[in-house]
Amino acid sequence: MLSETKVSEHAENLHGIMAEFDDPESLLAAAQQARLEGYRDMDAYAPMPVEGLAEAIGFRGSWVQRLVFLGGLCGAAGGFMLCWWITVIAYPHNVAGRPLNSWPAYVPITFELMVLIACITAVVGMLMLNGLPQPYHPVFNVERFARASRDKFFLCIEASDPKFEPVATRQFLERLNPQEVMDVAL
Amino acid sequence: MKPEDQEFTSVATLDPGPDKVIGPGHDYGSVTDEIGGVVFRPFLKTPRQMFIGFAFAFLLVNLLMIAVTWLFVRGVGVWGINMPVAWGFAIVNFVWWIGIGHAGTLISAILLLLKQDWRTSINRFSEAMTLFAVACAGMFPILHLGRPWLAYWLLPYPNTMWMWPQPRSPLIWDVFAVSTYATVSLLFWFTGLIPDFATMRDKAGNSTARKIFGMLAMGWRNSAKHWARYQKAYLLLAGLSTPLVVSVHSVVSFDFAVAILPGWHTTIFPPYFVAGAIYSGFAMVLTLAIPVRRWYHLEDLITMRHIECMSKVMLGTGLIVAYGYAMEAFMAWYSGGQFERYAFVNRMWAGGYWWTYWVLILCNILIPQALWSRRVRMSVRAVFAIALVVNVGMWLERFVIVVTSLTRDFVPSSWGMYYPTIWDWSTYLGTIGVFLALMFLFVRVLPAISIFEMREVVHHTAKEPTHALGD
Repeated sequence: MLSETKVSEHAENLHGIMAEFDDPESLLAAAQQARLEGYRDMDAYAPMPVEGLAEAIGFRGSWVQRLVFLGGLCGAAGGFMLCWWITVIAYPHNVAGRPLNSWPAYVPITFELMVLIACITAVVGMLMLNGLPQPYHPVFNVERFARASRDKFFLCIEASDPKFEPVATRQFLERLNPQEVMDVAL
Repeated sequence: MKPEDQEFTSVATLDPGPDKVIGPGHDYGSVTDEIGGVVFRPFLKTPRQMFIGFAFAFLLVNLLMIAVTWLFVRGVGVWGINMPVAWGFAIVNFVWWIGIGHAGTLISAILLLLKQDWRTSINRFSEAMTLFAVACAGMFPILHLGRPWLAYWLLPYPNTMWMWPQPRSPLIWDVFAVSTYATVSLLFWFTGLIPDFATMRDKAGNSTARKIFGMLAMGWRNSAKHWARYQKAYLLLAGLSTPLVVSVHSVVSFDFAVAILPGWHTTIFPPYFVAGAIYSGFAMVLTLAIPVRRWYHLEDLITMRHIECMSKVMLGTGLIVAYGYAMEAFMAWYSGGQFERYAFVNRMWAGGYWWTYWVLILCNILIPQALWSRRVRMSVRAVFAIALVVNVGMWLERFVIVVTSLTRDFVPSSWGMYYPTIWDWSTYLGTIGVFLALMFLFVRVLPAISIFEMREVVHHTAKEPTHALGD
């Protein structure tokens, strides 16, 4: 086959091999199959979040919520310290002998800064963990991949996987009943 | 749909009625095309109403420019504010605008946590509304400063005067609350847009659009790992925005409640301000969504179910507001406080603004009761009219609270009326222009409905039995 000769010639220039599916259920089943088959380095692409898909390709990520918790903690601590420092150290103002450390009045600013820093951490942290912004990625070399943001579902087994074999992996993906199997150039 | 629009979607536009959140026959591709088609429509095929609407809004923007220039030249004396009534239209409009923003956050955050399916096709739209309303709101306190170019003095930063803002003051809480709210609303809105930017990038026909959307999408490639982190972050944003939205209008109400002025110094203010904010916000969402859905033929994505649900929320929050009015009046009488009682006598019949109170009761309490009737909720025109009435009523509520309370405080010798000048009105109308102009631009250049969330709706609806399509 022409495509196979092409594959063997350019095996080292391959990001991976990609299979296209019509609906989220087939993609999910294919991802589970690929994992059972022993593949580890893979990614699935869907035009919307699909329940269980990330787990199916072996993704265990819980860093976003940890970062947000830390961000919230820093924001709250910073907000409180800011108010305390202004009213007690930097600009003490004696109002009829009331205590300088009037902590109940610090609550709104403490709360607002907690939410602010936590939210910024959530967005920036999510983008950074996802490696975004990323100007180039090999999957975009596949012409049909533009439909991953419309109505098609893709599974890509990456060449970095120890079990990856240009021919065997392609044959495995073809057994999963995809619409099409494509090479992803690097 | 008109015949020339056929290229944008393969599905006919049909309102499926009050039981469905999406019209029949949609698949992943068709929702993508229908929503994206609005943005990729050729410029000259923009609905005529959009051109007229934008032109009208742009005129008002210019009015704002003139009003603000005159304000900068002459100072706040060009407004009608005076010594008992130092907070005139500027603060009325500030509270009105910030309240309108609250429905957007409620729809995008609280209804997400409550898993309400009808939020999906209106959340993007109302988040944009939040953002623009907060932008309009933010202008007013700054313009009201007298020396607006020194607005940054409100922020705590090391300066050569070695002066710091007072963090025990509600006015400084306001600075933090409103700027946090603006930032978080922007983050929420932008995060929701990232996957749709990727869709627009992949759909774009010309290279300029592809480059702009490509940059905004930041290389989003719909990977399952990305989606997993994305959903987590989105949920956390929703969870954090929920207490935030409650806190923002509570802090705004503290601007009044912490002062000792009769008519302001009330513990019911925070909850009643929050309910009022959501009330006016839903009214504004309806005011904007009803025409847009008609002009762009989106009846199958913004269905009667959305309109009915929003009407119900409006009715519910309106009743909370009514309770707030009743409690305020009751407490004024029950407290036995001389000044507190007089503030209400003044507000209801003795003062110069008595009629504003009764128009407010008419607009906010009496007319919206028509929404109890299903026939009214099913009539798009009636709902639109009631939404407009509520917008007016909520503005009057803030007028009554701010101005009427200030005109007559403790000592009769310091009483005085407030009459808005043409510059008060110009600034107010000008911000309405800014708001509408930004909304018109938003609907034209960005996907106004969340495409990826509509695909999820398609996925969920596909699982339901198909007999529902027949009825």
